[in-house]
Amino acid sequence: MTTLQHNAASGSKESGKKLPSADSQAGPVPPKRQFLQDAAAHVADIGHRSFVRSALGGYYKSRDAQKARYRDWEHARDAASLAKWSAVNRLDELLEQFAANFEGRGGKVHWAANAHDAREIILELVRQAGARAIIKSKCMTSEEIHLNAALEEEGYGVVESDLGEFIQQLRGEPPYHFVFPCMHVRREEISRLFEDNLGTAPTDSPEELTMIARRHMRRLYVEADVGITGANFLVAETGQISITENEGNARLTAALPRMHIALVGIEKVVANLDDLSILLPMLATAGAGQPMTCYNTLYGGPRQEGECDGPHEMHVVLLDNHRSAILADPEQRDSLHCIRCGACLNVCPIFKNVGGFTYGTTYQGPIGSVITPHLRGLADWNHLSGASSLCGACSDACPVRIDIHHHLLHNRRNAARTSPSRLERLGHRLFVTAATRPWLFRTAGWMARQSMGLARRLKPPLVREWLASRDLPTAPRETFRAAWQRRSRAAGARRPEKGVSSASSREST
Amino acid sequence: MSSPTPSKLSAASSRETILARIREALRVPAPPPHVIDRTLVDVPHRSDPSTADPRSGFPALQVLPADAGRPWLPDGGDTPEERLAILTDNLEKLRAEVHRCRDVAHAAETIADLARAASWQRVAWHHDALVADVVRALSCETCQVDGPSGSDKELLESCQAGITSCELLVAQTGSILVDSRRSGGRGLSILPHVHLVVARVDQVVGTLGDALALTKQRHGGQLPSMLSFITGPSRTGDIERILVLGAHGPKELHVILVG
Repeated sequence: MTTLQHNAASGSKESGKKLPSADSQAGPVPPKRQFLQDAAAHVADIGHRSFVRSALGGYYKSRDAQKARYRDWEHARDAASLAKWSAVNRLDELLEQFAANFEGRGGKVHWAANAHDAREIILELVRQAGARAIIKSKCMTSEEIHLNAALEEEGYGVVESDLGEFIQQLRGEPPYHFVFPCMHVRREEISRLFEDNLGTAPTDSPEELTMIARRHMRRLYVEADVGITGANFLVAETGQISITENEGNARLTAALPRMHIALVGIEKVVANLDDLSILLPMLATAGAGQPMTCYNTLYGGPRQEGECDGPHEMHVVLLDNHRSAILADPEQRDSLHCIRCGACLNVCPIFKNVGGFTYGTTYQGPIGSVITPHLRGLADWNHLSGASSLCGACSDACPVRIDIHHHLLHNRRNAARTSPSRLERLGHRLFVTAATRPWLFRTAGWMARQSMGLARRLKPPLVREWLASRDLPTAPRETFRAAWQRRSRAAGARRPEKGVSSASSREST
Repeated sequence: MSSPTPSKLSAASSRETILARIREALRVPAPPPHVIDRTLVDVPHRSDPSTADPRSGFPALQVLPADAGRPWLPDGGDTPEERLAILTDNLEKLRAEVHRCRDVAHAAETIADLARAASWQRVAWHHDALVADVVRALSCETCQVDGPSGSDKELLESCQAGITSCELLVAQTGSILVDSRRSGGRGLSILPHVHLVVARVDQVVGTLGDALALTKQRHGGQLPSMLSFITGPSRTGDIERILVLGAHGPKELHVILVG
């Protein structure tokens, strides 16, 4: 397991350093091959899978308990999806409104068309601030643009303050899950990690481990010059950003340093403050099984006159980075409604079995599989569209009703159109040829039935890989057509009801 | 800012680039989302009728108006008694401690008891009539964050507890709204290990929607730089998804309800 995780981590770290652009193409190993290798290794690791499953057990329970407090969860989903739909479909207006209002409150808005621009803007701000120490709260957009690597390359020390992100930073790994970053790590490993890095005594108590991080971090909040956060929503009407968190680290990050920078995707905008009265509780319930997360905070600019503390400067960096490409696809535009609650990951059978690192993406799980091909190219990332059983659990879990599993199908169709696989095309042509000629269909079916047993025993090279994780069924003695004809003859001879029941009982045995 | 002209130019152009991409993308309308309740759809928008996208040609699809009460969200109670009961229940489930007090003197006594029991050496507070009344009863060192000497984060970090007022309390979610203007700035309610909130029972509102509407109404266009809904003591589940209180913010949250 450790080797597997090292592979996954160093792979993405390397791409973060040498090819710092998130839209960079695949590293040395093509993403699809990487996915298949890591998935095979993870699926075989029963210990890891059951650990992740039991970690999610508590989530299911509290989520269901909280959902039950809603007088009608489905209506709430309607309202949430409408709020996001109406915002995303007039994104230009609302972004301009947000920028005008936020700047009217003394903040500064920066527009970043891609990951490179965003990094440059933030580096320039950090330079201007004369920063020595930077503290960050959890921010997936910064993972997307590999911000930490860029800051470290310039010699700035960056500390992740969210407990899970801090653990991942010490481990040198990206987040495993974009809401629960270190859900795959056992407490013994965390204890050893803290022992090695912070010189603390070993412990097996999650409480004690949390207190170690708490004590370690408190000085850093006070000493940091710049605080970097993400945001969950941008409120156009009032020019505020909204940050959702549980630990209080984002509150501290935005309270104590002189400068506050928020890096936010353009799709996060909502029209009115009132929209949050639906979205904030639903985000907490779907994402973590809570009525509300502990701190839901709206920031509109730096400290004002008459306020006793807070940063002197506040900057919002609006990040496009291919989001406008998703917007240009009306069929999948609703994937921009995503509020990053992570509910679709928590219910996904694929995520639970292959684990978060296997995806090799910033955003894991079903929603990540939908948007990553848009963010990084369909040709290299279409295999994620196949990483689904199409069970639809993700779409059912989504609080804003994104049709996630159908979007995976849409991506498959788009990939077949733009970069069709030759082998698949040949296969379909052969099938059509056979299926439109009854005599050929019969012959081919007969041949297939005869060779199935042989294939199972001999595992010839062409199907060996496929058979490695699957069982070939035993071929039935007769085909469906033969059974049907025999049944029709029998029905003609006997009483119809009896004929039907005897035929079906024979078939089912 | 002393940034040279070229970067300013490119900043303006990247704004235009992004907006142009968005406008181009939105020229093709997206189908409205599939909703189960058409009554949500047929209501005209609360604030601005022109928000129905003129480009889309789809019927105006908007969220229910704010005053419709949203009967599908968790209940916030219809009467003051109901709201108080729901709030108290939610706060207890969130592992916050609720202290009901008859009057300010009782509240001061309650806080003094807490201070003695936990032997606090230094407590931070801010200028507010209710807070000032309860702080007077404390025998330990106290420091005012919005005093003439200004806020000192080093000093605040050394405080065991912070006492604040709040703007209002939300029954529906068990949340407390503090702001940076009238609840002691940004640090006081998050940096000390224990947070005590002194509030009057008539500050309880039903729902989050009510709280946001009231806040907007109170401040007009002049909202404070920070508005924070605090829902229970700080917590994390990052280690094996096991709940631990006091991740970075206060480990304990005491709500002292007066009246």
